Amino acid sequence: MIRFLLRRLALTIPTFIALMFITFVMVRLVPGDPIEVRRGERGISPERLAQLRHEMGLDQPVWKQFLDYANGLLHGDFGTSLVSKSPVLHEFFTLFPATVELTLTAMLFAVVLGVPAGVIAASRRGGFYDQTLMGLALTGYSMPIFWWGLILVLVMSNTLGLTPVSGRTDLINYFYDPVTGFALIDSLLSGQEGAFGDAVHHLILPMIVLGTLPLAVIARMTRSSMLEVLEEDYVRTARAKGLSWTRVVGVHALRNALIPVVTVIGLQVGGLLAGAVLTETIFSWPGVGKWLIESINRRDYPALQGGIMLIATIVIIVNLLVDMLYGLINPRIRHAR
Amino acid sequence: MKIRILLGAALLASSMLAANAAEAAKTLVYCSEGSPENFTPAINTTGTSFDAARPVYNRLVQFTPGTTEVEPALAESWTVSPDGLTITFKLRPGVKFHSGVNGFTPTRDLTAEDVIWSFDRQSKPDHPYAKISGGSFDYFNDMGMPDLLESITKGDDDLTVIFKLKKPNAPIIANLAMDFAAIQSAEYARYLLDKGTPEQFDQIPVGTGSFEFVAYQKDAVIRFKAFDGWAGKPKIDNLVYAITPDATARYAKLKANECQVMIAPNPADLPEIKKNPDVKVLEQAGLNIGYYAMNNLKPPFDNREVRKAFAMAVDRDAILKEVYQGAGQKATNLIPPTMWSYDESIEGVEYNPEKAKKMLADAGVKDLKIDIWWMPVQRPYNPNAKRMAEMIQADLARIGVESTLVSYEWGEYRKRMQAGEHMTGMLGWTGDNGDPDNFFGVLLGCNSEGKPNSNNIPKWCNAKFQDVVNRAVQITDQNERAKLYKEAQKIQAEEMPQLNIAHSTVYEPIRTNVKGYKVSPLGAHEFQNVELE
Repeated sequence: MIRFLLRRLALTIPTFIALMFITFVMVRLVPGDPIEVRRGERGISPERLAQLRHEMGLDQPVWKQFLDYANGLLHGDFGTSLVSKSPVLHEFFTLFPATVELTLTAMLFAVVLGVPAGVIAASRRGGFYDQTLMGLALTGYSMPIFWWGLILVLVMSNTLGLTPVSGRTDLINYFYDPVTGFALIDSLLSGQEGAFGDAVHHLILPMIVLGTLPLAVIARMTRSSMLEVLEEDYVRTARAKGLSWTRVVGVHALRNALIPVVTVIGLQVGGLLAGAVLTETIFSWPGVGKWLIESINRRDYPALQGGIMLIATIVIIVNLLVDMLYGLINPRIRHAR
Repeated sequence: MKIRILLGAALLASSMLAANAAEAAKTLVYCSEGSPENFTPAINTTGTSFDAARPVYNRLVQFTPGTTEVEPALAESWTVSPDGLTITFKLRPGVKFHSGVNGFTPTRDLTAEDVIWSFDRQSKPDHPYAKISGGSFDYFNDMGMPDLLESITKGDDDLTVIFKLKKPNAPIIANLAMDFAAIQSAEYARYLLDKGTPEQFDQIPVGTGSFEFVAYQKDAVIRFKAFDGWAGKPKIDNLVYAITPDATARYAKLKANECQVMIAPNPADLPEIKKNPDVKVLEQAGLNIGYYAMNNLKPPFDNREVRKAFAMAVDRDAILKEVYQGAGQKATNLIPPTMWSYDESIEGVEYNPEKAKKMLADAGVKDLKIDIWWMPVQRPYNPNAKRMAEMIQADLARIGVESTLVSYEWGEYRKRMQAGEHMTGMLGWTGDNGDPDNFFGVLLGCNSEGKPNSNNIPKWCNAKFQDVVNRAVQITDQNERAKLYKEAQKIQAEEMPQLNIAHSTVYEPIRTNVKGYKVSPLGAHEFQNVELE
């Protein structure tokens, strides 16, 4: 297991270097420079532009900027945002808990509903439940996040008044410090009556919107994987032994069927973070997705580079964890290496 | 155990009390569109950042809410010397500063020291705060303050400040009502410097304004509470900015009463918003101009008749309908009709392609091929430049002019246009301080050698026009100035250096229980006089 882990870790090093280079280059390929893009019609005089570029280190040759950046990264320095002038790492981790809270709950929502839906569909293959659930999954899979989010707001919040429109707390009645950055935890810590319920209430719509796509993917994956497993000899043997259908499906088949599903869940994390960008914009959710979009608009190179690197790191770590989990669920993979 | 239960009960009771108190308190939530860069207007350039700092600060003078008129604020009066080179401000006595949420407590009222400190930071490179937060004092420089200010000094007492100018300049008073001229506390700055945390100065604002800063959570919320200061206590207790970047989501929040005032609705949502009985849509002509410039340095646009023919060929009514979707008014003059000195007597250019064609022929122009530059970005004065360019292209084809459309990345576009690379193209302007010179001087100004300034996009220099505008800057009597600007408008109408297309309309939806809110022509969002019913 340890050798397996070390091998996987070693493989991530070239990934990081490539990533560092690509983000650095890509960010600079976007036309417009961070100083000029902030200027309105008045523009800027060449002297002042030169002065500001010098202050920001943008007048250095690109290779020198890259070496400085790489050197900073090696020392754990992600640079300083050109706009807010505060360290990128600090900005990122101020906003990151909101994104984690949103993606984790969305994932939970997707797994809790997706796996049972897939199992039910598989065990009623071709029947009413199967058709309905897979029809819904296909709809969920093809739903554009932005549209889905706005429709839910219109129906659930504006028409039915069941959920808040956006944000993380009711701004009129609750006010507490972001101790951990997780609204669910901070609301409990605040001791204010009803604050936790309010935080949950605000999480419902964004969670559904972000969780819909992975929910559909997980349901479909569970179904097809389950169908494959149900054809296996050992399932027939278990049935022949006289075990109940529920026990066969729930105990014998499910564990094996879940192996590819776990991989899919790991792969969905990247997709979830991408979806978070849109979900955070619709629901004014103060996470890193929204922050990255703003950094692009403002050509805030350090924030953009740092943000992308940090998110990529997280995706890589999650995939590493999934690989390990994979080995735990299926000992054959572990032993095969 | 008993103690714990008692303590728990007490905590619960106090939190319930707090909840009740919160219900009783009047809180206004404003759906803003983005996060501020920081809370010091002097180092910012965006409306979003100015709006975020505005509740906290005051300037020496201020714009009367809803207008571009200047009225006293921290200075209760001022006098200008006969030579126009000295302005003496008398500060209001007893103006209190807020306490900072970081433990700062003011020990004195506002004095001349604070005023001098606030401007010294922007003008003196060796000022202890000059480099804090990457100090780039764009507005101070852009409004030409370094070229205008000789010195700012204390007068005979602590409440007198003397501004010495290098040359007489009437618009400087309007400049001092702008956000960059906010007066900050010199005592607070010293306190933070002693503590070794000067960067907090721009993050935790302390001012004299109607609202005290309470908290800011990046990308989520800014909180203020009412302050009983020199202007009296506001009629709401708490002011909350809910940062909501998406326009449709902002309206959804307004509809659900999660906020009571919102910025920048989606134009497509306006018809529906206007139907909502709980919402009132305030509207006002924006202090802006979208124009189509013809480069006077490139033939045949050095010929006035050609320029007039072009102006006559463009169907602006169609542009207003299609590009502005009705949310704008056709521009006759360079300045919008809400600005003082606007000349009502000038008639706009008529749309007459037949006459335009004949005028071109009379001017001896044949087989003309030109370029039309369009901005790659949406601006308040021009929501869709590409569509506008296509419409102008079609209009010009009707008078026999062939044209190609050209565009660049925004920074590049502006730079090339300012350098005069275009033949014709569009750009626009949003006023900074409500002074006519901010339009005439900036957009059509030329230097003493008769060369166009960079923001003079038609690259048009006219000695008579320049003389009128130069004279208007140097006198303080507003009536006299207005006469001169009216003359400037007549010259412009006669010479037609560019075609003024439109002034766009600004819409601001508010809940009907909000009273006393006024739309600012300068794009400011202000809440000191707002009431909640």
